[in-house]
Amino acid sequence: MTNLWPRLELLLPRVSKPARYIGGEDGMQAPVHGPGVVSWLLTYPDTYEIGLPNQGLQILYEILNERDDAAAERCYAPWVDLEALIRAERLPLFSLDTHRPASLFDVLAFNLSAELTYTNVLNCIDLAGVPVRSADRAEADPLIAAGGHCTYNPEPLADYLDFVVLGDGEEVVGEITDVLGRWKATDKREGGRLDVLKELAGVAGVYVPALYDVSYEGARIVDVSPRYRGVPATVEKRTISDLAEWPYPKNQLVPLTEVVHDRLNVEVFRGCTRGCRFCQAGMITRPVRERPAEQVRTMVSDGLRRTGYDEVALTSLSTADFSGIEQVVADTVTDAGCGQVSVALPSLRVDAFTVGIAAQIQRARRTGLTFAPEAGTWRMRQVINKLISEEDLYEAVEGAYSQGWRRVKLYFLTGLPTETDEDTLGIAELARNCVALGSSHQRSPSVTVSVGGFVPKPFTPFQWFGQNTTIELKRKIGLLRDDLRRARGVQLKWHDPEATLVEGLASRGDRRLGPVIEYVWRRGGTFQEWSEHFDHDLWMEAMAACGLDADWYAHRHRSVNEVLPWDHLSAGLHTDFLWQDWRDALDEVGLEDCRWTPCYDCGACTGYGIEHVVASATPPAGASQGTGAVRSNREAAAVKLTPRRRVGAPVGAGAS
Amino acid sequence: MRLRVRFAKVGKIRFTSHRDVNRIWERALRRAGVPVAYSQGFTPRPRIAFGLALPTGYESDAEYLDIDLDDTEGASVTLAALPQTLTGATPTGMTVLAVARIDRAEPSLQQSVTSCTWGIDVGGIDAATVSAAATRALAADEIVVTRERKGRMVTDDIRPQLVSLDVSEPTADGVRLTAELGTQPRAVRPAELLAAFDPSPCELRVRRLHQWIRVESERREPLEAPLSATGRAVPAALAMNAKDHRDDRPTGRRCESLPPGQLASRKIRQIQPQFIGS
Repeated sequence: MTNLWPRLELLLPRVSKPARYIGGEDGMQAPVHGPGVVSWLLTYPDTYEIGLPNQGLQILYEILNERDDAAAERCYAPWVDLEALIRAERLPLFSLDTHRPASLFDVLAFNLSAELTYTNVLNCIDLAGVPVRSADRAEADPLIAAGGHCTYNPEPLADYLDFVVLGDGEEVVGEITDVLGRWKATDKREGGRLDVLKELAGVAGVYVPALYDVSYEGARIVDVSPRYRGVPATVEKRTISDLAEWPYPKNQLVPLTEVVHDRLNVEVFRGCTRGCRFCQAGMITRPVRERPAEQVRTMVSDGLRRTGYDEVALTSLSTADFSGIEQVVADTVTDAGCGQVSVALPSLRVDAFTVGIAAQIQRARRTGLTFAPEAGTWRMRQVINKLISEEDLYEAVEGAYSQGWRRVKLYFLTGLPTETDEDTLGIAELARNCVALGSSHQRSPSVTVSVGGFVPKPFTPFQWFGQNTTIELKRKIGLLRDDLRRARGVQLKWHDPEATLVEGLASRGDRRLGPVIEYVWRRGGTFQEWSEHFDHDLWMEAMAACGLDADWYAHRHRSVNEVLPWDHLSAGLHTDFLWQDWRDALDEVGLEDCRWTPCYDCGACTGYGIEHVVASATPPAGASQGTGAVRSNREAAAVKLTPRRRVGAPVGAGAS
Repeated sequence: MRLRVRFAKVGKIRFTSHRDVNRIWERALRRAGVPVAYSQGFTPRPRIAFGLALPTGYESDAEYLDIDLDDTEGASVTLAALPQTLTGATPTGMTVLAVARIDRAEPSLQQSVTSCTWGIDVGGIDAATVSAAATRALAADEIVVTRERKGRMVTDDIRPQLVSLDVSEPTADGVRLTAELGTQPRAVRPAELLAAFDPSPCELRVRRLHQWIRVESERREPLEAPLSATGRAVPAALAMNAKDHRDDRPTGRRCESLPPGQLASRKIRQIQPQFIGS
């Protein structure tokens, strides 16, 4: 049976939100399977409403379906109620597009965006009817693959994934399809699974964990090296050099039921060189590649007309940094063909300029505005290189209140390197000051403070830092709670420190973490991102059962000489660049944004022969963080910037 | 100007909720370029109103919505072309059957609909047993059902709402019932009727066939849709245009009676980078 719908439809009346499983969205492709066609099941290991908006998955879905020799369908993790029913009925995991059993696909490709979804990955492989460990798989089983930000350290899942893709997927999915197509043409007989995996390992950006041996000395890794000749010692990430060549998704999926980010999304640039030291995305997606403004405009107006959405998000890691953002926003808001359109700008800088743009787009509905100063004191923000002065923040907040917003939301991290109680309490101080600023404009201004525990990530300057313990994070949150108990207008929210610990284990874990993830999964620990399913005690039980020490993995500082589990992978960044940036962090020294200043040779451009694609050679107006644009009234908090290791001539602002 | 639209909702899309259908229509009207009037105020909403909510999982040949058009641009709308345009703008499984102009003074669908006719396919039971149960239900003075409402159990007598009940025809895997159920003061669901049967048959597939309003003691539909030969409300003019649902007919049937899962969930949100919004 290649279409499971007749059996599924009998189960759907008995599950919550059955529209998650029906497919049929506008933008759904019509994949045609056949002997010469490599079939991909692009799987998001969380629910439909979280996974559907994922742009990476949608981009690859279109690119693959445009090829005659490939067919791609989508899959999202079934919620626990449907999972119980399909297990009882002995039905396998299925695609949404044609309700085809997952095991009939050549590749099951997972999007790894968050560590807490790892148990869902194993669950989906198992629901597909495929052995969870790659070593146990038969020749005819689908290849299990993964892409996405978490694949920069895929080691905890190394025993479960057949291959892993690092970096931008646009080009490499085609190259992988070529390899698999040749194999499929021989009915998967010639050479066999191992040979195909070896061939895939020869494709730049593809990592095949089983082809590498890890050797240990005691607890420490001493070496990771290829098991076969011809397998690269270091796997480099893939980077597309020009976003203009990839105007995807062209037909964004319009869900029939409610999802997060339910709006048109247009990616305006990829990569970010603000250099925030805690931010993995900003490190691994370098350099900055802007989409031409004209293409943005076309994608926005075509997309709105096609989908019927009345909201568009211009997405990137810091959208106010897009060259000419004001004009693009103004054009979108006034595009007569699109009717009343609201524009969402996720990831905005904290300054008055930003609020100006926000005022332009949110003429109505001024309920809340969100900023992320990330740390409570200027000292702390220099450590993390998030160079927002207090003036920046206060101007932004005052601007927001004076222009009609009633609620301001502030995001912070706690547990950052060198953080003192003074830094933690600085968060409360900022919040109180924001309320005070607001009370001259609003009757009851409100500030929501959201605090997350910091998790060090691979390929960041903080990858050597020992994460704060759960007890320490709880103590810091307690400090803030006590301090804000009597503060009027301030609401404090925080991320569960126990979840932070588990994220930390997976974030910098090695292959020995695999059995821990499997242990948790085998005892029903799925949907760990969901608070009602997260089970800290089960994780700790699993660590103990596998003889592993959470302290050693999460809370231990690493030295520069230590072999890190991901050292055989590369995001282009030189280790000495990251180490120097770590030293600078400890010295509280900030680093400018290299998009408008000379190159530091971090390696992301020079290593791959690419460069920034930025339309404007100068920083956007009003920006101060990390750009060196010091305004006269800001002497008191002047940014301490140290130019260093500049390599060659300034990288040209290569307008595309 | 106010328009009344009648549409069908069949096939996979029956699993979308009333709220989902609302969102689908807001987008469809924008895609079709229909100049909908917007409400005033801080958050302008398109002025569209739906009739009685269709329970998730049920199909329908008789869904309605009223649309207020913009006073100036609304005049340029060509009514005759609208069914086809709107069907093209809605997803597979939704077909617009009729569009007509109505008086703004007409009462809302929510207020005026008094009953609905349902086609109810049941299984796990033979025709004779269903017939006997139906006869008993019609003969009863009261039919008491218990349901949960805001966390408390309440009991209702639904007999006054049972207007008619026929055991019409055997189907491939059971029997089809046709029931007219009242909607005032609250709409009785086919599932409640079946639960009151003894023995209780298993609900396989349910389709709303008609909604009824009363105009001067005469029962009529809010908007007529010409009936096709099979009794399905598909106007000839639209038959070509109607999206095909044939591949979506149910096959092998089994009967179990688990209540729909009601798992409320809250997600641990990762701390995000800055964004603007509420």
